[in-house]
Amino acid sequence: MIPYVAVLRRDLRSSIRHGADTVIVLAFFVVTTVLFPLGVGPVAKTLATIAPGVIWVAALLATLLSLDRLFAADYEDGTIDLFVTSDNSLILVVVAKCLAHWLTTGLPLILLSPILATMLNLPASGYLMLALGLLIGTPVLTLIGAVGAALVLGARRGGAMIAVVVLPLYIPVLIFGVLSVDAVINAINPFPNILMLTAALLVGIVVAPPTAAFALRAVIH
Amino acid sequence: MTPGSLSRWHLYFVQLPSSTEVAQWSFPNLPVAAFMIHRTFSLIVDNLTCVRGDREVFSRLSLKAQDGDAILLYGPNGAGKSSLLRMLAGLLPVTAGSIRWQDPAIALSPPPAYCGHRDPIKAWLTVGEHLDFWCALHRGGRIDDAAEGFGLNRFLSVPCGLLSAGQKRRLSLARLMLTSASVWLLDEPTASLDSEGIAQLETLIADHRAAGGLVIAATHAEMAIPKAVKVKLRPPVLHAGTVE
Amino acid sequence: MIHGFANPVRFQRLTNGLYPWCFAAMVLCLGIGLPWSLLFSPADYQQGESVRIMYVHVPSAWMALFTYLVIAACSAASLIWRHAVADIVAQAASPIGACFTALALATGALWGKPMWGAWWVWDARLTSVLVLFFLYLGHIALARAFDDPQRGARAAALLAVVGVVNLPIIKFSVDWWSTLHQPASIMKLSGPSIHSAMLWPLLLMILGFMFYFLTVLILRSQAGMLARRQRVLRLRQLGL
Repeated sequence: MIPYVAVLRRDLRSSIRHGADTVIVLAFFVVTTVLFPLGVGPVAKTLATIAPGVIWVAALLATLLSLDRLFAADYEDGTIDLFVTSDNSLILVVVAKCLAHWLTTGLPLILLSPILATMLNLPASGYLMLALGLLIGTPVLTLIGAVGAALVLGARRGGAMIAVVVLPLYIPVLIFGVLSVDAVINAINPFPNILMLTAALLVGIVVAPPTAAFALRAVIH
Repeated sequence: MTPGSLSRWHLYFVQLPSSTEVAQWSFPNLPVAAFMIHRTFSLIVDNLTCVRGDREVFSRLSLKAQDGDAILLYGPNGAGKSSLLRMLAGLLPVTAGSIRWQDPAIALSPPPAYCGHRDPIKAWLTVGEHLDFWCALHRGGRIDDAAEGFGLNRFLSVPCGLLSAGQKRRLSLARLMLTSASVWLLDEPTASLDSEGIAQLETLIADHRAAGGLVIAATHAEMAIPKAVKVKLRPPVLHAGTVE
Repeated sequence: MIHGFANPVRFQRLTNGLYPWCFAAMVLCLGIGLPWSLLFSPADYQQGESVRIMYVHVPSAWMALFTYLVIAACSAASLIWRHAVADIVAQAASPIGACFTALALATGALWGKPMWGAWWVWDARLTSVLVLFFLYLGHIALARAFDDPQRGARAAALLAVVGVVNLPIIKFSVDWWSTLHQPASIMKLSGPSIHSAMLWPLLLMILGFMFYFLTVLILRSQAGMLARRQRVLRLRQLGL
């Protein structure tokens, strides 16, 4: 466990030292969300209808933005070679890195979402479900994103490639997250959607790290 | 339009081993050689072939090594020294041939320590933080010894972005003292090192060999390593311009 | 048998033998199927002549999905056994699949205008096909995004396998999304009970599309293998 905690600590330390990078991701989240009222018009009712979707899409895009630095720095200086040749499980290393990524990207997004929900006139009943949905959904985004980030290491235009590779895979998370908030607002049972999100999280935890580890091993040739 | 027929399949991909060099290794002298033949080898490489991309890097490479040996890989650029080291480290899959460590039934634990071209060093972390991290990654090792072995004691709280290339190289070599691996695979370890750094490295290698470890290094520099087996890698002989 | 295909020469011989038959079958099926379905089959009592778009739309949608399964199978073979031939076939099939998907989307839109009055409807099936199109584009782009072609091939293979696992999930979630948002407009693009006078031309068209796919796949795979051979020879010529 000690090596993986060390990986987690190192990534957290790197994020803190590069605090600007995290702030940029959050700024992107806010700016993207703000663009929609500017584009759609400030009619409160319209905004209330599109609020869950807009916040979720913006969260998706903000996570996407931060993904290409997940493995890139370690790949460039050969640390991934180090992980592979040491006696540790590459899968757990990937889990540790994903956890660090979520703590520095997903968690701030969740904390910011009520503010943005207020700006978009989300009905009061939806706040808790929005936060809950993001709480379960953002780790899934990080995990799927880790697979995508590992696949495009060394590609030209890595950032755009991650988006094209990963966004279709994000669609179920987006759908279930938004539907859960809509359900609460419309006084329908939201729990099927939350359960699907939880299922996605559980499957993601089990399937995504080994896939990402496999992709990393393929990269280092 | 009918697709043509192409019958020689070896032309699709890289031609498999045909007539290329076998690695040459020089025995110190014959009686010792005779003695060495009867000892058990901890590493046996047999007819190893390396294909990277569509290029055959080396083929039919064979060598043997045992505890306490040092093998120095020589050869021109592109001869496959780095590829061989990466294959031994397990980072590159074996195309053909075999690599056998000690008793095949016993997995080599801990795995060989591979020190590549690049320095796994982040500019924004300090020297001490790197040593802590590697210590945790390799589950053990004494940071003070590692820092002292390469003269890094004064730099423990310096962010690595401020270090020179030679100091960064020393730091990445210091990691070797934190592993308990018995096999060291070093790729151009002397790059950017000054004479003091090279001397420290030679001491380190000598200590490691004395403790029964195996060192395989690819190097262009002249290092004072006693009783080293020199292996010269040459790229496969190709007939430039002709197509069979 | 799978490992038999890994040998490039054997694959070449097999595809050389198959090619004329596939080509002939394609010409036959499409030659009979196209006039039959577009001219001689009965018009639908509800939709009129515009039902004829179905004869192109359904086969292309079916082939889009089938091609993705072929790509996924080849990618799995490539990842598990490192068959280079499987890599080449998967990359050859990918643009064909993208074209089928684009055709399915275009004909779906063309069919949608007379049926529902709108060029594009966010129907579950059309949306899933759209997502499939993006998966294809991602596969094509990823394979060519690397300077080392084999690295690209491996990455694209892994993406294809991950995508095929996600495809049912995406389909299910889009279905779920569609029924919750549009409960009143459940479209049946091709009903389960279809008159035999329409069924036979449809099956013939599907067969024709299948043989077309095989023909073009053979051509593209052989072209891919030739390109690879050319690369190897050029490297040897340079003395590398």
